[in-house]
Amino acid sequence: MIEFRSVAKRFPDGTVAVDDFSLVLPSRQTTVFVGSSGCGKTTLLRMINRMVEPSSGEVEIDGESVLGKDPVALRRSIGYVMQNSGLMPHFTVIDNVATVLRLVGVQKRAAHERARELLEVVGLDLALADRYPSQLSGGQQQRVGVARGLAADPNILLMDEPFGAVDPIVRADLQQELIRLQRDLDKTVVFVTHDIDEAFLLGDQVVILDKGARVIQVGSPSEIIDNPADEFVSAFIGVERGRRALRIKETPHGRVLVDSEGRTQGALVEDGG
Amino acid sequence: MNLFAQAFAWLFAPERMEGTYALPTLLGQHLLYTVISVLIAAAIAVPAGWAIGHTGRGREVAVGISGAARAVPSFGLMVLLVLVLGVLRIPEAAVVTFVLLAIPSLLAGAYTGIEAVDRHVIDAARAMGMTEWQVFWKVEMRLGLPLLVGGIRAATLQVIATVTIAAYVNLGGLGWPIIQGIPLRRFEQVLGGAILVALLALLVDLLLALAQRMAVPTGLRTSSRDRSTASVPASS
Ligand SMILES: Nc1ncnc2c1ncn2[C@@H]1O[C@H](COP(=O)(O)OP(=O)(O)O)[C@@H](O)[C@H]1O
Ligand SMILES: [Mg+2]
Repeated sequence: MIEFRSVAKRFPDGTVAVDDFSLVLPSRQTTVFVGSSGCGKTTLLRMINRMVEPSSGEVEIDGESVLGKDPVALRRSIGYVMQNSGLMPHFTVIDNVATVLRLVGVQKRAAHERARELLEVVGLDLALADRYPSQLSGGQQQRVGVARGLAADPNILLMDEPFGAVDPIVRADLQQELIRLQRDLDKTVVFVTHDIDEAFLLGDQVVILDKGARVIQVGSPSEIIDNPADEFVSAFIGVERGRRALRIKETPHGRVLVDSEGRTQGALVEDGG
Repeated sequence: MNLFAQAFAWLFAPERMEGTYALPTLLGQHLLYTVISVLIAAAIAVPAGWAIGHTGRGREVAVGISGAARAVPSFGLMVLLVLVLGVLRIPEAAVVTFVLLAIPSLLAGAYTGIEAVDRHVIDAARAMGMTEWQVFWKVEMRLGLPLLVGGIRAATLQVIATVTIAAYVNLGGLGWPIIQGIPLRRFEQVLGGAILVALLALLVDLLLALAQRMAVPTGLRTSSRDRSTASVPASS
């Protein structure tokens, strides 16, 4: 369990990235921070592994403040997948994946063996193991980034817009794989995105944020869609107009649901019918 | 044309291999002064430049010192040092001059190398759990190496050129035939010496240019990008 308690972050230049944020992130679930660019999502995420130090408040993992831990050991124990992969350009794919294992002292041979397993887990051809990141497509690089984040088998996985820079088809593919992975691995995932559809797809708990990481609404995707907290949320998730604003249309074969553009989204199946 | 022929005749005359001023001796002196001076300068400037690049602190000081050192006329400084230290300490005076001359390029090569490394990569290295030393040694130093070797190349060539003039204070080196030949109007000797200096500089430059290319990590070489088109079946 990760808990934020009245966390604030003011950067030296005066920017208040996080104003006063409190939240519990349950273990073995995926919590998604969603909000527009600059609202403080990355700052929140990086306070978990002490890449950013809070100005005030506490971040706790299983009841222990991260501020009492050695930052290097803490970071090695938490997986982190970055936007634009953040791979070491001068390491091969296999060495990138094995980075954390090598840092914690695993022998090269064992680390590479584990890294190869992970390449398979994330659906990468082993023929890519000896390539360099510059020789991979964007989607492949993100897979390597995910494999690297998982390599040391961390309990917590932080993912900062990991699929933001890849094209929509590859993104959909990667999202499905993450769902599959999460079913098998059961990690505490903290996922950041500005894409509300992605948030609803991946999140057990979705946190909608505004400037200064102000929480507008927290809940499961269904809770939020069933009961948007305010007009901002309704507009953001598109229940007034857009893909989630569905109405019933009668057809000779029964009732179907169409969105505001008139596209059919599905059939209406009556309960107990 | 005639002068060139005379210069080559001078260069290949059997006397060039004899005595205190035999060409191999002069070449050896030239190289020895260059190598010693660049090594001493590197021992000072490279760690300092790396520290500046890694911490981001002290850059202004480094730029100031480099600017000042570049502004000092090296020949004047050398003559001054010879006068101050005395004629028995010519080699020391000369080496001090060469070291001062080499420091700015080496310092700049070391810190700009690290400054040029993509901030995202350094951030990612730290986020993986690398210690500050590991961030420096495994990432910043490796990725900054080509610019450092560039600095070594510039410094070495400056020192080679300046060692030539140092023959004026009786240091030996390949400048000796030039400095000695001018007042005696032995122009074939002057040209012969100049040809040797030019060849030495070209050769060293070529070698260090190769070293600079080899210092580029494999994953960042442009040629490696061409291979990315080679087909490996893979998803996305
Ligand atoms: N190191 C920093 N120094 C100053 N301001 C920063 C820094 N990092 C982020 N910010 C600012 O804090 C705010 C929140 O940033 P961030 O957490 O990156 O937002 P998001 O990830 O939601 O786009 C932005 O206004 C950003 O410009
Ligand atoms: Mg961000």
